[in-house]
Amino acid sequence: MIDVKPVNRSKLTIIQNSYYPELLKGLGVTMRHFFGNLARHTGRAIGLKTKDPMVTILYPEKTRHIAPRWRGRHRLMTRPDGSPRCVACMMCETACPDDCIKITAGESPDGRIEKYPVAFEIDLLRCCFCGLCVEACPEDAIRMDSGYVALGGVTRSEFYLDRDFLLHNSEMTTHAQFPGELDGMVVKRVDLSKQSGGH
Amino acid sequence: MLAEFGIVLGKIAFVLFLILNGAGILTWVERKQGALISDRIGANRASILGIKLWGLINSLADAMKLAFKEDYSPPRGLHFLHSIAPAIAMFPVFLTFAVIPFGPPIELWGHHIRLQILNLDIGVLFILAFGSIAVYGSMIAGWASNSKYALLGGMRTSAQMISYEIILGLALIGPILVFGTMEPAAMVNAQNTLLWGWLPRWGIVVQPLAFLLFLPAALAEGKRAPFDMPEGESEIIGYFTEYSGMRWGMFFLGELAEIVVLSAVITTIFLGGYHIPYLYDAVEQAGQAGFHFPWGSYWALGDWTVAILRIIAFALKVAFLMWFQIQVRWTFPRFRYDQLMRVSWREMMPAALLNIGITGLILMLLKN
Ligand code: SF4
Ligand code: SF4
Repeated sequence: MIDVKPVNRSKLTIIQNSYYPELLKGLGVTMRHFFGNLARHTGRAIGLKTKDPMVTILYPEKTRHIAPRWRGRHRLMTRPDGSPRCVACMMCETACPDDCIKITAGESPDGRIEKYPVAFEIDLLRCCFCGLCVEACPEDAIRMDSGYVALGGVTRSEFYLDRDFLLHNSEMTTHAQFPGELDGMVVKRVDLSKQSGGH
Repeated sequence: MLAEFGIVLGKIAFVLFLILNGAGILTWVERKQGALISDRIGANRASILGIKLWGLINSLADAMKLAFKEDYSPPRGLHFLHSIAPAIAMFPVFLTFAVIPFGPPIELWGHHIRLQILNLDIGVLFILAFGSIAVYGSMIAGWASNSKYALLGGMRTSAQMISYEIILGLALIGPILVFGTMEPAAMVNAQNTLLWGWLPRWGIVVQPLAFLLFLPAALAEGKRAPFDMPEGESEIIGYFTEYSGMRWGMFFLGELAEIVVLSAVITTIFLGGYHIPYLYDAVEQAGQAGFHFPWGSYWALGDWTVAILRIIAFALKVAFLMWFQIQVRWTFPRFRYDQLMRVSWREMMPAALLNIGITGLILMLLKN
């Protein structure tokens, strides 16, 4: 048995078919917007406190609000002595659906830790910013809270981030350390030596 | 003789100034109006020393960009035709304005000056004739590009324009019958009489159906939305695919100039030209220039005031229609091509024929 589901298609009424009334309705909508916005703009221009009707954010001058959970460019956390927190467990590399993390592990000079990343590379061009690497990390060594929104570049190699870049160039703020300051993108350098916790 | 020559040159310069600047400013109006309609801001980045003039500088920047772009001509195309096609598409539009009276006749330094470049007694035919020459521009552009897409685009365009030209012609027969003349100036004057003593006898009042047919047909003829398949801006390939730089800009300018000219034509034939209801000059109302209201009151005005008011009225009507055309462009979705053809041949054409029949019948009954 095949189920047939009849779809009710309402017939156009004569008024709709004659086209002109519907056109006028459409014109009504656009005119409402046109005159409403014109009035609001004029109001603002002469100093009244009318509502800004525009949905556009004038980007370079204004930036949009970044939610505390925004996933931006990755960064690697460091220990108080400046060495990477990462223990090269490969969890993130395994979790990554896009296969864009490449870690080369080496023996750590620190006796308490087995391994550390000799190289840690992320290919941002493949990354889908899913954040699974952050979820997977047992050491809280990788974060995506760097606050970078505009990721742009002119060569591919600019998107191929290596360990030192991730460790140092991305030590940018975060809501976790500075609650509230990310609003309006206040970007701050994080002084990790003042951080408690860690190993 | 020399003075006459100077007057004509002056009028031509004035009209060209009007159309070209109108078209230039329309690029800005079109953007800003569209932005307002869709709650955006619109072009606002270009600036000269920090002066932005609400985005007007963007139009200058655009013109400059077009002027400095490579003027590419397809190597296997027909070079000569390819380079004159934009001119063929643009100039008829300007020529059409020649027969439009943009103000009442005025007396200046002992000269009787008609504010109209050319007073033709077949003015309406002139408008239609030059309107149809513009088809050649797009057709030749498509053909000379030696590109399949441009050729198809050119054919699509010419089919559309020819279909709607018929509607334009048929729709204008109604007003011609009612006003009994093809001379634009006489048509305008005929619209300054009153119907039943109070209703201005404008074309839109005595020929509403013709107006409703003429307006969309004119939009289609001008390749404006919702009939803009010939260009289809970014979605489909049109006849000027192989054009770049200022030659492409000429097509664009022609289209914008067409908005100005169409508004002027519609004003002249349907909206009473430069006339304001109940306002008469000394010649029309036995030496009493001014407002003669139907309820009998009279507000005297000087001859010059009347003339200036009329020129302003014409400009305002044209400006309103240009605004309206842009509003239409940002409101209506495009027709599908078969719908476009169906609307033209199977809906508008019978309606236009019907309008001619009814008009003729009523005129005959009124005469008897
Ligand atoms: S965010 Fe997702 S795709 Fe990007 S590196 Fe992490 S796991 Fe891979
Ligand atoms: S970043 Fe975290 S999950 Fe990835 S290898 Fe280092 S410690 Fe393991």
